[in-house]
Amino acid sequence: MEHQELLPNLFRTEYQKIVSVLCSLFGIQHIEIAEDIVSDTFLTASETWSIKGIPENPTAWLYTAAKNKTKNYLKRNNVFETKIATEIKHSTPLNNPEIDIDLSDQNIADSQLAMIFTVCNPCNSEEAQIALALNLLCGFGINEISDAFLSNKEVIYKRINRAKEKLKEENIKIQNPSNSEIKDRIQTVLKTIYLLYSEGYYSISQNTTLRKDLCTEAMRLTYLLIQNESTNLPQTNALMALMCFHSSRFDARTGLNGEIILYEDQDQSLWNQELIDRGTYFLSQSSTGNTLSKYHLEAGIAYWHTIKKDTIKKWENILELYNNLIILEYSPIVALNRTYALSKVKGKKEAIKEAEKLNLTDNHFYYSLLGNLYSEIDSKKALQHFETALGLAKTVSDKNVISRNIEQLQ
Amino acid sequence: MNEFLLIFRRDFITKEAQPSPEELQQHLQQWQNWFGSLAAQDKLARPLQRWDGQGKLVNSKGTTDGPFVEIKESIGGLIIIKAKDYDEAAEIAQGCPVLNFGGNVEIRMAV
Repeated sequence: MEHQELLPNLFRTEYQKIVSVLCSLFGIQHIEIAEDIVSDTFLTASETWSIKGIPENPTAWLYTAAKNKTKNYLKRNNVFETKIATEIKHSTPLNNPEIDIDLSDQNIADSQLAMIFTVCNPCNSEEAQIALALNLLCGFGINEISDAFLSNKEVIYKRINRAKEKLKEENIKIQNPSNSEIKDRIQTVLKTIYLLYSEGYYSISQNTTLRKDLCTEAMRLTYLLIQNESTNLPQTNALMALMCFHSSRFDARTGLNGEIILYEDQDQSLWNQELIDRGTYFLSQSSTGNTLSKYHLEAGIAYWHTIKKDTIKKWENILELYNNLIILEYSPIVALNRTYALSKVKGKKEAIKEAEKLNLTDNHFYYSLLGNLYSEIDSKKALQHFETALGLAKTVSDKNVISRNIEQLQ
Repeated sequence: MNEFLLIFRRDFITKEAQPSPEELQQHLQQWQNWFGSLAAQDKLARPLQRWDGQGKLVNSKGTTDGPFVEIKESIGGLIIIKAKDYDEAAEIAQGCPVLNFGGNVEIRMAV
């Protein structure tokens, strides 16, 4: 591989590993120093490799370079010595003459886990947590993050910096969470990772590669949690299963021009069977203990959707899962999906009665659902509902889907 | 929006009044769909809670094992919902599956 391709790939995989290790070593107050050292390491790599060629083991080369740069930095910088060195000494054995920068697999994994829990700290808003996660845990640059959020760079830059400042103000420790901390905080961590995934999966950004990257990164972080014994919990596996099932349809759900292809119209041959199998595996791993998280329910629903054939058993199961999900936590979109499942089990007339009780009159999906339910019963009413939906829809792809529904009725 | 306590009572004792296993299965599904429907309308004011069927009864003479069945019906469960007024709460209660087995729903508004 040419280094033009190699370096960006290594950057994606190694940047956050080294940053995590250095951040864990330096503490949250010096997070920028860690980032600077690692950025500088990659810059040096880029310069050196283009002259001398790619080293035999590029990753090891990067680790050695990062270690040396860190040691040099510590020697050179007096401010750093007096300020941080004392902090570091607390955590390293006193008889150790030199600070050990441990880039072993185990320490990388531990540091990454510590960083995940630091980044997903509820002292920052969810939006800020996601941006920070992309930056610190996934090695995404400001450009990519602003692309993903469809926001401008300035806004993202400020958001990330404010989030870092907040972590410093609150003096959040970067350390491996204890079991009781994990129990308290795993919900927040999983939620942030799921939001990160959804950002990629549902984003209206046309940049498919970037969106896929977000999904992959969310899955990588979840896998990291699974690999660590203390965070390998039933709900972590359930979230992983859910993401595998969703991702299995990634290629089938958008057309050549980026338009959304609805589930019923998807080409099943584009579904990724390997991911479905992985999802099934994680779903079975999740069914231990007695916690039934919303990820279990959502993964269950997603599992039934990997079976394309419409059977009453399939929809009865989906309805049951949606019932449990909506009872656990109200959300308009779950309410609408539940009603759709109800129409598959009890028929459209029964579902219309239920749908009309939902009263989600500012939601275009609500009118799309009513339009869909009325389609074979009263096409005039169906048309009215779809037109209301069209008026409320904001994104081009949503409008296109509704317009297609209207065309089919006419 | 007000909050209402809905108490479900039915006869759990008389043998003839009890559902068959198949009926019970169907009955549970009805409950589940009813709760799902209420939740979808965002009418649940509190998370659902299961309650032990037997319980204890305490009076000045001491404590005895429940349930309290001086009237034939005993409490099967209770939920707290959101509704505009007694009329809406009653309308919601009309859909309650307990009615299918001769039970009833008592409604109280939170004041």
